[in-house]
Amino acid sequence: MAPAVPRSGDAIFANVERVNSELFTLTYGAIVRQLLTDLEEVEEVNKQLDQMGYNIGIRLIDEFLAKSNVTRCVNFRETAEVIAKVGFKMFLGVTATVTNWDSEGTSCSLILEDNPLVDFVELPETCQGLYYCNILSGVVRGALEMVSMKTEITWVRDMLRGDDAFELQVKLLKQVPEEYPYKDDE
Amino acid sequence: MAAIYSLYIINKSGGLIFYKDYGLAGRMDTNDSLRLASLWHSMHAISQQLSPISGCSGIELLEADTFDLHCFQSLTGTKFFVVSEPGTHHMDNLLKHIYELYTDYVLKNPFYEMEMPIRCELFDINLAQAIQKDRVAYLGR
Repeated sequence: MAPAVPRSGDAIFANVERVNSELFTLTYGAIVRQLLTDLEEVEEVNKQLDQMGYNIGIRLIDEFLAKSNVTRCVNFRETAEVIAKVGFKMFLGVTATVTNWDSEGTSCSLILEDNPLVDFVELPETCQGLYYCNILSGVVRGALEMVSMKTEITWVRDMLRGDDAFELQVKLLKQVPEEYPYKDDE
Repeated sequence: MAAIYSLYIINKSGGLIFYKDYGLAGRMDTNDSLRLASLWHSMHAISQQLSPISGCSGIELLEADTFDLHCFQSLTGTKFFVVSEPGTHHMDNLLKHIYELYTDYVLKNPFYEMEMPIRCELFDINLAQAIQKDRVAYLGR
């Protein structure tokens, strides 16, 4: 049998069941709002969103792999492209662009011009330190961890803070080898 | 006569998280199925190490006189394998489909704990449908 052909982000996005995007946006808004009420500290909310994203990411990766038919990426550059073009499109309905590679090819930026999470959002004075979309960075981190890549993800630009786009810096910390830890009797 | 004897899902550390048999042949009790799962997990790992060419992804098919064992490992390390009648050829598609069902009805269930045994009714229902469909296709061949 011929191996399944990798599918494009658009093709998968066209095939999945969808809900009204406003329901999605508003639900996310309600979650962030509730976290702010519960945790009070903006810093804690950032952490919690990241953790929630991580928990989503470690499960989402399997769906991504199952439905996109992508095969193992040869390097981190390809990984970043796949996340930006297929992953973001599939789950968020928008694509990102990959730029700002460092010379070793271990760090890059994902740029989102459009982000459905923030459609109606204006950050108030009291929440200036909030990374409203921190859940996204958690998702990417969690997903990559499940395919043995430890990453560190930070927001460089945020439209809610007056920047012209969302920029997510993805830094590959280390690639965990997949071999089993065979230990001879020591 | 069923084309498939049984289905196993093993988590990335080799624990059996799902086992189901179809038809009367090759039924196993809980202990035997757990043993087979951990054995397969190790054999799969050893086969990767034994491969003369690097980048081997482990055994995909084991052929015996009386059964075939088809294995699919996802990039995240979860293994799905079916024991089937010898000479069944369309198992890759079925395994792939089972993987999709797993992502939909197991992983998306917020009350499912990762790496733990699968007890999800929706998964069972959809799996039964998929197997049934596969069986019909098999008989129609």
